[in-house]
Amino acid sequence: MSELEKPLKAELTVEYPFTRTTGEVIGAFMTGLREKRLFGIKRPDGSILVPPLEYDPVTSEPLTEMVEVAQSGVVETWTWVDPPRPQSPWDAPHALALIRLDGSDTSMLHAVIVGSPLEMKTGMRVTAQWKEDRVGHIADLEGFVQEIEKADS
Amino acid sequence: MTDPNSLPAALSEKVEIPESISGLEPVRSVRSPIRLVYDFVPSPPVQQYLRSYSKKKILGHRSPVDGAVFVPPRGVDPRHGVLIDESVELSDRGHVGNFCVTHLPIPGRDDLDIPYVSAWIHLDGANVGFLGLVAGCENDEVHIGMRVQAVWKEEDELGNTAENILYWKPTGEPSVPVEKAGNRAWEHTNE
Repeated sequence: MSELEKPLKAELTVEYPFTRTTGEVIGAFMTGLREKRLFGIKRPDGSILVPPLEYDPVTSEPLTEMVEVAQSGVVETWTWVDPPRPQSPWDAPHALALIRLDGSDTSMLHAVIVGSPLEMKTGMRVTAQWKEDRVGHIADLEGFVQEIEKADS
Repeated sequence: MTDPNSLPAALSEKVEIPESISGLEPVRSVRSPIRLVYDFVPSPPVQQYLRSYSKKKILGHRSPVDGAVFVPPRGVDPRHGVLIDESVELSDRGHVGNFCVTHLPIPGRDDLDIPYVSAWIHLDGANVGFLGLVAGCENDEVHIGMRVQAVWKEEDELGNTAENILYWKPTGEPSVPVEKAGNRAWEHTNE
């Protein structure tokens, strides 16, 4: 066999079709997504975590009081994704941003769907855009789009 | 310190579900598939092993320590940590060392009709087994020690792959006694 023979190479795939249980808190958040609603959870000091956690991140106490928050908020920071990775839920270039929804004290990671990074700005206001068919998954939220100011406001 | 026997707090505390969704069927699970696609480049001995499959040959490696033959060839005797460079051409006949009847489909392997039998095939002249499918008989006829031979793909379908062997079928020869089948007779090369 020739030393210079081209080495054999094969594309292999490792794949696990996991289904994980959500528990009550994350389950309620997911149920909310299906119903086009966003829920957080209240900490003992009254601050709100979105997405909700089962335990207080500081004291580890269980958290139980779920509350609805607004569908609009502020972009706290962002990065531009171009091109999206093959398994990304988004086909087109988009921003990934930390979005603090009105009524929440933490920010959640999701896409901001705009045409170019020139349309992105830290501090900009965005609002949720939902998919038609929703199943109770974070991808029910298509992403966030620039909030259009109401004419009378 | 938290008592390890106590229930997780999330199970002992009642979560207040907001009224707007409290009457609805709750989401209880979420699919989160994991997928990794990568390029595999085999080591030189395995390259040679795979290429020889296209000539319907199965290569093993003979240990310089005691002559034990490993298949597939990995270039080392893992027991002694010594390099091996002596290739051996093995027969495409052997026996079933151990086997398993599988009744559940494997995601991504739609080509396997359940129930199917996978087995450690111990080739004549080899000291270890390697995995293969056993077919060509009823599943409940498969047994430890059963003599089998390779069923190869058609000549024009052969490639540099172990998939050239479609499955292993019974030869009808007398079985290897259970106590000598598979690795049960490790000290002796299976003749």
